[in-house]
Amino acid sequence: MIKLNIFLFMVLVICGLGIVTARYESRKLFMEQEEAQQLTEQLETEWNQLRLEQTTLAMPARVEKIARKELGMTMPPPAAGNILAIHPDHSSGATE
Amino acid sequence: MKILFNPSRKSAAVDLPEWRSRLIQGFLLISLIILVARAVYLQALNKDFLQQQGQSRHLRVIEQNSQRGSIKDRNGEILAISAPVKSVWVDPKRVSATSEQIGQLADLLDMNKATVQERLSSDKRFVYLKRQLPPERANKIAELNIKGLYLKHEFYRYYPSRELAAHILGFTDVDGRGQEGVELAWQDVLTGEDGKRRVIKDRIGRVVEDVGQIRSPKSGQDVVLSIDSKIQYLAYRELARAVKEQHAKAGSIVALDVKTGEVLAMANYPAFNPNQRASMNNEVIRNRVLVDTFEPGSTLKPFAIAVALETGRVKANTLMETSGGMMRIGRAVIRDVRDKGNLTVSQVIQTSSNVGAAKIALLLPPKTFWEMLNRSGFGTETGIGFPGEASGQLRAYNKWRPIEQATMSYGHGISVSLMQLVRAYTLFATDGELKPITLLKRDTPAVGQKVISRETAQSVRKMLELAVQPEGTGSGARINGYRVAGKTGTAHKRLEKRKGYASDRYISSFVGFAPASDPRVIMAIMIDEPSDGRYYGGTVAAPVFSRVMEGTLRILNVPFDDSLGNLVTSPVPARLEDKG
Repeated sequence: MIKLNIFLFMVLVICGLGIVTARYESRKLFMEQEEAQQLTEQLETEWNQLRLEQTTLAMPARVEKIARKELGMTMPPPAAGNILAIHPDHSSGATE
Repeated sequence: MKILFNPSRKSAAVDLPEWRSRLIQGFLLISLIILVARAVYLQALNKDFLQQQGQSRHLRVIEQNSQRGSIKDRNGEILAISAPVKSVWVDPKRVSATSEQIGQLADLLDMNKATVQERLSSDKRFVYLKRQLPPERANKIAELNIKGLYLKHEFYRYYPSRELAAHILGFTDVDGRGQEGVELAWQDVLTGEDGKRRVIKDRIGRVVEDVGQIRSPKSGQDVVLSIDSKIQYLAYRELARAVKEQHAKAGSIVALDVKTGEVLAMANYPAFNPNQRASMNNEVIRNRVLVDTFEPGSTLKPFAIAVALETGRVKANTLMETSGGMMRIGRAVIRDVRDKGNLTVSQVIQTSSNVGAAKIALLLPPKTFWEMLNRSGFGTETGIGFPGEASGQLRAYNKWRPIEQATMSYGHGISVSLMQLVRAYTLFATDGELKPITLLKRDTPAVGQKVISRETAQSVRKMLELAVQPEGTGSGARINGYRVAGKTGTAHKRLEKRKGYASDRYISSFVGFAPASDPRVIMAIMIDEPSDGRYYGGTVAAPVFSRVMEGTLRILNVPFDDSLGNLVTSPVPARLEDKG
């Protein structure tokens, strides 16, 4: 009887310690998750800023200015290109 | 206790009165009862309050800001986006900062040190020092480690296209609520819902456990517009140029996709920069395309002709008696610019004869003419869902006098918005359908409401093509390589306070579509009070149409439907060889 009690007591202690460890692990993992989430947010912010920057740099007005003034480009006259309709039935599928 | 009273230990025996032990017993018992009662009081009756108090020392509710959706053009280019920023606020009661720290803070805030000092010594508990700072700068401020100074996470709305699409997009207030344009119209879609969650924080403020989500944050949805940034840019650039060159008061332009009814571009000049609130005033923020109405002038003539053709009153080659260039209705006189002799119905459109249009209109019963205008969408909103849209004015036909019916045929005595006008022209660009228009991207062709028959639509389209031929009034609208159809309009402006019209102030307009063989894009231009000597729609508005439409057709890769030598426009010799 005593032996059984001691055994059960040991089991109890081990379980107790197990719970403590699991709890600790869970908090640690949770904090990691939290950090990862913050990183996600941070990266999202950065992504948005980069998109914004890209859009700003690609504004037609800026592109046109650079193309015309710095690179000396001009619009080709219509005769310089051919437009071929891929779907002759509806012209919406036309490409250059 | 009993040992004390052991009679065998006589030496220690003290004859104590019995009441003393009773007293002790009673005292202990009462103490016990008090303790139990207190325990019951705390555990049972006050449990909720105490637990809440305990939790409030480590449980926190965290606000999770939601981001407002962005606005994109049809190709996914960003037109409006929310960027995270930080607002700096202080609780002056708790602030403790050295003079040096305040100096650094003022530098980082770009503010006067005295102003900062003044705000810090306010007697409120919440004072904004500065709103919407870029995150990097806010982090530097946080590193100053000033007690009682806090950062609030917010979003700043940024419009990379600046004035280009300002009238379409509108803007938001500092709290991110839509105030105008798409920002206001699609406010419900764009706004997200802020979230809240309950967490446990440890001693140093780290979140250690998620207790529960009270409300999960919902980001706002993106709105994808039908606008094409490139066409929008082209339209805005050319419009701005024309308004400046003509010393005009204002101007508007709008372009629709004929098949889908999508708005490809819509611009007004003068415009404003939505990133700078200071640049805004009532004159510049108005989206004139939708909010303002005007008397359209001759651009309305095709509608009178169409209904006359439809009801069989005239044919395209019916000769009208227009010689003399004037006609009298009661005391009023209708005049043409000059005497053009007798004209066929086609020529009435081509040369834009007021007398001809009036004579055709007078062949019609008022109700028939009114129905045509009404079904073409005049006098009612376009259903585009834009805030503050004007419905224009189309008066009831039973109150028309003959002179009014006559003048209405050439666009006086009726007021329309430019959007209504361009939409009404879808009748002639399609085979008689009034297309529903939209500002949102729509992938499928829209089915419109049939207003006139296919034959009538085609017949009017032919007349509109004649109008941009060299002999027509709109020859300035021609484009190299494409067949174009369109109509000019030149209307005297109404006097502001009195009845009648100003003799020297005009609204010049042009509505047209291309390629005429299979129309893809329809465009309307309106220039308000050009004052550089020229004022005819054909010389003021039609060239804008030509330039913008040419670029638009190129951007959309629309095949040519005419020979490239149909007119000489490009003074620049071809540099690139045709490589097929």
